[in-house]
Amino acid sequence: MSLYYVQKLLYQINRDPDFRTRFKADAKASLADFALTPQEIAAILAPDIGLLYVLGVNGQLLMHFAALHGFEWNAYLDAMREGVRRHGAVRAGIYAMSED
Amino acid sequence: MPLVFVGVCSHAPGITGRAERADPRQRETFHAALDRLRLAIAASRPAALIVVAAEHFANFFMNNMPAFALGMADRYEGPIEDESWLRIPHACVPGNADLSRRLISHVLEEVDVAYAEEWKFDHGIIVPLHFLTPSYDLPIIPANINCQGPPLTPLHRAYAFGRALRHAADAVPERIALIGTGGISHWPATPNSGKINEAWDREFLDRWIANRPARLLSYTDEETYRNAGQGGFEIRTFIAAAGAAEGSTGEIWCYEPIPIFAVGCTVGVMRLTP
Repeated sequence: MSLYYVQKLLYQINRDPDFRTRFKADAKASLADFALTPQEIAAILAPDIGLLYVLGVNGQLLMHFAALHGFEWNAYLDAMREGVRRHGAVRAGIYAMSED
Repeated sequence: MPLVFVGVCSHAPGITGRAERADPRQRETFHAALDRLRLAIAASRPAALIVVAAEHFANFFMNNMPAFALGMADRYEGPIEDESWLRIPHACVPGNADLSRRLISHVLEEVDVAYAEEWKFDHGIIVPLHFLTPSYDLPIIPANINCQGPPLTPLHRAYAFGRALRHAADAVPERIALIGTGGISHWPATPNSGKINEAWDREFLDRWIANRPARLLSYTDEETYRNAGQGGFEIRTFIAAAGAAEGSTGEIWCYEPIPIFAVGCTVGVMRLTP
């Protein structure tokens, strides 16, 4: 479990235009410096927004990662809901879906 | 000079990024209140505007997260978000490093604040500025309270930070205005985005305008998370503004719950006692 490094990667992509360019050009290579599990790497490369949400990625990071991949607002919200349907409740962090 | 202005407003990215999807009447009411706030800030003739914000990992990450930070640069830039997503063009925003340095030195007498000579604005600052200083012609002193990565600073420390900013502003010759920007109850960037606890918001705003610390600071983070969502942790920015106006009471110029903006859109001011 290396949620911290998943989030750090997304933080770099969001705020650093040079890193973002490198990520867009060769996503797999840009992950090399981050200690990630195979599941996390797959979720980032897909990208599987729903799984990243369930793993506990902070929404303020994930929101921009989804936008980078062209997720329109409603599609982004739907991707998170689909993630919960497929993988169960959010496992970490403060961005869990509430039931009501 | 004594602090010349204290107010608060919302900063949600949907305010600009999804503007056309809001109820037009609500949106116009909110915009009118923001414009009133713009005029009120200008009428206070400030030399600089402190913006107490709750950023979202634009500058500070969990590798080294300050509870409080103040910018100390002559220029800032933003937004970090994609221009087409936020619909605010990338711009340089003036700061005042010399004034920041003096303010920070005073704040440090009371609160251990980090300083930052680089600072990229995210929607938490640039959305308010888009409405309040749209020409970016007023020097900005960015301030941040960590509202994202727990453990979070206690509410009474956020109030103390505001009080320290007030004392610092009082100690420099320049006229300083201050706004706090954040959400009250909201669940941004979750599938519950759009949920708003209006009753909780109105109770909080009642406490904010009364500005009695015992009531304003009595929320626990567990209660806030349950009733106001993780976005509710941003009340620290409103509380810092109240601390900056300790001894004064306030008024709310706008509260419009706008689900597509994911927050109860708020504009409030403190009636500063001389």
